[in-house]
Amino acid sequence: MGEAMLVLEHLTMKFGNVVANENVSFQVNEGEILSLIGPNGAGKTTLFNCITGFYAPFSGKVSFRGQNITGMRPNKICKLGLARTFQIVKTLKEMTVRENILTGAFLHTRHMKEASKIAEEIMVLTHLQHKAHQLGANLTIADKKRVEIARALATKPQLLMLDEAMAGLNQTEIKDAMELCLKLKKSGITLVIVEHIMEAIMPISDRVVVLNAGKKIAEGTPDEVVNHDQVIKAYLGERYHAKSKKN
Amino acid sequence: MVASKHLFKQKYILGWICIVIAILPLAIHNINFHHVMILLVMYAALGQAWNIITGFTGQTSFGHAAFFGIGAYTSSVLFWRYMLSPWVGMLLGAVIATTVAFLVSYPCFKLKGHYFAIATLAIGEIIQQLFVSWEYVEGATGISLPVMGEGFLQLQFHRSKLPYFYIVYFLFILVLVTAYLVEHSKMGYYLKAIRESHEVSEAIGINPTEYKVYAMLISAFLTSIFGSFYASYILYIDPFMVFSLPLSMRIVLLTVLGGLGTLYGPIIGAAVLIPLSEYTRIFFGGTGKGIDLIIFGFLVVAVACYQPKGIVGLFQKLFFEPSTAGGGKNG
Repeated sequence: MGEAMLVLEHLTMKFGNVVANENVSFQVNEGEILSLIGPNGAGKTTLFNCITGFYAPFSGKVSFRGQNITGMRPNKICKLGLARTFQIVKTLKEMTVRENILTGAFLHTRHMKEASKIAEEIMVLTHLQHKAHQLGANLTIADKKRVEIARALATKPQLLMLDEAMAGLNQTEIKDAMELCLKLKKSGITLVIVEHIMEAIMPISDRVVVLNAGKKIAEGTPDEVVNHDQVIKAYLGERYHAKSKKN
Repeated sequence: MVASKHLFKQKYILGWICIVIAILPLAIHNINFHHVMILLVMYAALGQAWNIITGFTGQTSFGHAAFFGIGAYTSSVLFWRYMLSPWVGMLLGAVIATTVAFLVSYPCFKLKGHYFAIATLAIGEIIQQLFVSWEYVEGATGISLPVMGEGFLQLQFHRSKLPYFYIVYFLFILVLVTAYLVEHSKMGYYLKAIRESHEVSEAIGINPTEYKVYAMLISAFLTSIFGSFYASYILYIDPFMVFSLPLSMRIVLLTVLGGLGTLYGPIIGAAVLIPLSEYTRIFFGGTGKGIDLIIFGFLVVAVACYQPKGIVGLFQKLFFEPSTAGGGKNG
């Protein structure tokens, strides 16, 4: 594995008295796919928002490629090469698929020709070229998620963070999304994926970080994590855990 | 590419509209008609300028009369007190309006949605009050511009309204081209992204405040130019005329009726409202003033209920329905 690309040190995030993330530390290495999993309300999206600058963490440090990005504005973080998608898709509704992607492509150029070229490339990569002129509002949920990824890709990120990019998709669409993730990894983009669908992310992840109730409870390869005591407890509850031990 | 074809189409249609507007006053020799055309073109341009901040960027401004008034007052005061050409005043006024826009909009952009709209409303009123009680500019009495000989330099023509028309037409083209260039550049895409979603725009590396301020500055600059023109055309201004809320609202309404966020919208809206407003005034005299707004109010309600994209949206629905209602051309 490559060098550390993203490092979280003792990250804590509070909303009033509610602790959403407590003392979370891990790192993402260059070129890997790291999955962030955990039951509902584990604090995955909050952590995501802290990393990408949408929330300023209560304490702790986030660094990206050696640079401290804690509390930095999201647009600056994006410029450094860390892009994200949203769990609740935010397609630019009044703009076409092409315009959605083109807007992202303007990050590193002000020329229409260059940005158009980037947008075309991304549309081919994400198989959106046939839908280029459809309005964002008229897309299916699968296509909206795809546009969400494509728009983030157009900013030419080194690290791409996907927040539940597969939720709500059917089996074929999930397969397509998995393939896309592997394709991106191959092209040299590091991925952090937040996901609920285990059968989709376990096969493609290099490492998995498990959150429960705001704390990191496990970290390791997919195999290590699924056999981890605490992870089984968190997902299936104490009682089932005890039962399965007896057998 | 379908996109470039579409682009060509928009340019083409806009070109024809502009040519028709340019020829009409030559074809119809009637002083009332010329007056209506002058106001029509002026309001179309004001709508276009307002469209940049509200239509493209989604930041509703109800205070654009402030910039219009600053333009009117700057050129008038300089002409009346120092005999400076209104052209110089026009440029200076635009610079002052832009500066005011910067000072005012930066804090206002911390507010979102309705609160921003309310703030612009308040600022418009505050600036009007300042001018009402400012003695140097004659306060509520207003300024009568000295009547001079005819000439391009002093922007006065007494025998015909045609020179005024072509001057305002030229300025209108300037605004239209600016709006067109903004719409089809990086900035245009960024402004629309900000309008659609503040969060997405931040997530793809846009600083929303920065771009909103740019849009406001351009909009204020262009709006102010027409204030100066208007003062030279009417030869009299007072704060209740050029800083009035109805003026701001008229810009808003005609753009909304025509089609918010499109280049055709303000032209179509002005073509409906201004003749309506001027001819009711001509037919009914002073008391007829309200009728245009009553009719217009109904039109806006109808638009809001049935076709929020305005008259432009109606045309799209009638002629391009298959491509807008999903499905796309190739998909």
